[in-house]
Amino acid sequence: MAVDVRDAGSAPSTPIWLDARYRAIFFQIALLVAVLAFGAYIFHNTYDNLQRRGIASGFAFLGSTAGFDIIMHLIPYQASSSFGQALLVGLLNTMVVAIVGVIGATLLGFTVGVARLSRNWIVARIAAVYIEVIRNIPLLLQIIFWYQLLGKSTPGPRNSISLAGLFFLSNRGLYMPAPVTEDGFWLTVAAFIAAVVGSVVLARWSKKRQEATGQQFPVVLTSLGLILGLPLLGLLVMGVPFHWNYAVLQGFNFEGGMVLIPEFISLTFALVLYTGAFIGENVRAGIMAVSHGQTEAAYAVGLRPGPTLRLVVIPQAMRVIIPPLTSQYLNLTKNSSLATAIAYPDLVAVFAGTVLNQTGQAVECIAITMAVYLTTSLSTSTFMNWFNRKMALTER
Amino acid sequence: MKKISLIAAGAALIALTASGAQAQQTLDAVKKRGQVICGVSQSLPGFANPDAQGNWAGFDVDMCKAVAAAIFGDVKRVKFVPTTAKERFTALQSGEVDFLARNTTWTMSRDVQLGFDFVGVNFYDGQGFMVPKKLGVKTAKELKGATVCTQTGTTTEQNLADFFRANKMEYKVVAFEKNDEVLAAYDSGRCDVFTTDRSGLAADRTKLKSPNDHLILPDVISKEPLGPLVRHGDNNWGDVIRWSFFVMVNAEELGVTSANVDQMKSSANPEIKRMLGGEGDFGKMLGLDNAWAYNIIKMVGNYAESYEKNVGPKTPLGLERGVNALWSAGGLQYAPPIR
Repeated sequence: MAVDVRDAGSAPSTPIWLDARYRAIFFQIALLVAVLAFGAYIFHNTYDNLQRRGIASGFAFLGSTAGFDIIMHLIPYQASSSFGQALLVGLLNTMVVAIVGVIGATLLGFTVGVARLSRNWIVARIAAVYIEVIRNIPLLLQIIFWYQLLGKSTPGPRNSISLAGLFFLSNRGLYMPAPVTEDGFWLTVAAFIAAVVGSVVLARWSKKRQEATGQQFPVVLTSLGLILGLPLLGLLVMGVPFHWNYAVLQGFNFEGGMVLIPEFISLTFALVLYTGAFIGENVRAGIMAVSHGQTEAAYAVGLRPGPTLRLVVIPQAMRVIIPPLTSQYLNLTKNSSLATAIAYPDLVAVFAGTVLNQTGQAVECIAITMAVYLTTSLSTSTFMNWFNRKMALTER
Repeated sequence: MKKISLIAAGAALIALTASGAQAQQTLDAVKKRGQVICGVSQSLPGFANPDAQGNWAGFDVDMCKAVAAAIFGDVKRVKFVPTTAKERFTALQSGEVDFLARNTTWTMSRDVQLGFDFVGVNFYDGQGFMVPKKLGVKTAKELKGATVCTQTGTTTEQNLADFFRANKMEYKVVAFEKNDEVLAAYDSGRCDVFTTDRSGLAADRTKLKSPNDHLILPDVISKEPLGPLVRHGDNNWGDVIRWSFFVMVNAEELGVTSANVDQMKSSANPEIKRMLGGEGDFGKMLGLDNAWAYNIIKMVGNYAESYEKNVGPKTPLGLERGVNALWSAGGLQYAPPIR
């Protein structure tokens, strides 16, 4: 019966190849086949050439011994670890830079964005000059600049700049005491988790109560008290179950403690500075997008300037800020691959660099690296989209 | 049903057309192009280094020139492609360069797994360490806790890990992509130690602000047979490179130099006659002109000439022949006969 309906629509004499609906379907199928065929051709040709030249292929190499060391590893790693573990080390190093960078760039960006709109002439000018200078110089140059500056301006480890005998800055990085936990530290961790959960519950309860009764509750102060106080209590109850491992100069270098290597410091610093300038402009655009009438209306109902900014302007500005902010976060993560230029062992340097070279499996290594970046970026995107929906104007 | 048969037809078409590049064609491609593309180091004095006019010179560069002389009778017909340690293998695998003469260590995995053929060893080397004299270090065993600078994608990185692991010493490694970055980091004090092949250390020391303030430690921690390499599977092309190199070694052994090669053409020695094209068709066997070896010796020189000119005791590198002397002089350089 369906046939009758379809034929009734067009003139019965139209041949099938002139029917717009069939043609549309045909071209879509043809395109799909062409794309698949092209992909298959590329894959086949690559595989064929690799076979012909006797180049090893496949992913078995991930399990074999790496045989090289990496200066910065957040998980246990040594030369006898596998290439797969090297991949993980590189990934974590990239993630650390990305996370620290995103937090830093956001704080800096919001500060300069607001500062550029300040009524104070000097503050506004400083913010403007910073933004215009930083965002118009290529990032790679900036990374190399800060790295060179840090390397050339700091003394050797034996003459390092010491702060209270605990912190040491030299061309080997910033050494600082490392906390070493002992038995019974679990209570502190548990207390911290409890405090965070408690704060969330408290915030929800307070919001509900304010909507119902109009009464406010000092949520921020209470939460801060909880998050600091409870873990401290946990520490004291168990008799302070941790000690500090201090960095001590021994032979060539410092031993013990924690270290932020110069490559990490300069890379993160350059990324924060660069991305912060762009975020600053996003923030300024967002704030300027909120009509002045909103501020005037807020004043008219008796809000002071502080709450006006916090409760009226920023929430509306956020809707304009978040989408470009997401792009900046993605850019920062991807830009962290410039680490290769200054020997920071990130994913690209370690995996698409050393591992690729040791194994010679360029296709596999680059594919894995790209897949990792894609996954990270898509996850960030998903999260930011969720956040954007949450911040979107709720029509009531 | 139709859709499936269409896909099947497409797949069949792909299988037929995707024959890929035939491996046996590098020599033909080079001749057709009129130029051999040679992958070299970026800047390593004595081995491959461009001068102020952009003319490349060095021990590895001579290897490239010898191949151009053998094929075209013209040392200018080389395109030098500087590669980092990290890029070099991909460049060769993908066909971006015809061969590598880039102080590359011959290892089993590179030969077998990476799909290459090493055609010979033009420099026997070993990995060493360079330190500033003011550190007061006399041997590598005193390097416990040191920070070491090196280049990524080298055997050096792994030898380093092996050496410190075997001696149960802690260390930190800072790995840069470019050799010049490693040197700059070492010079600025980011590291206590600079490690690479000892020939490379000698070459890089000449680039430091005050070379005499730096000491190359006596320890040799690895075997580094350096040599040119080609893609696996094109044996004819491999033969061209291999025998271009062997000609230089044989010429030294037979006392043929760029200066006397014209007189030597009339030599009665059958070995020299065969090499210089007076007897036999040895050039033709390779698909070249019979004057191939004459051109190499005339235009580039024999092994000793290239060595003395680029890296020998009278150059800033100041490397003695050592194990790179001819076998007849107690060294390891030994070329099979041309017959």
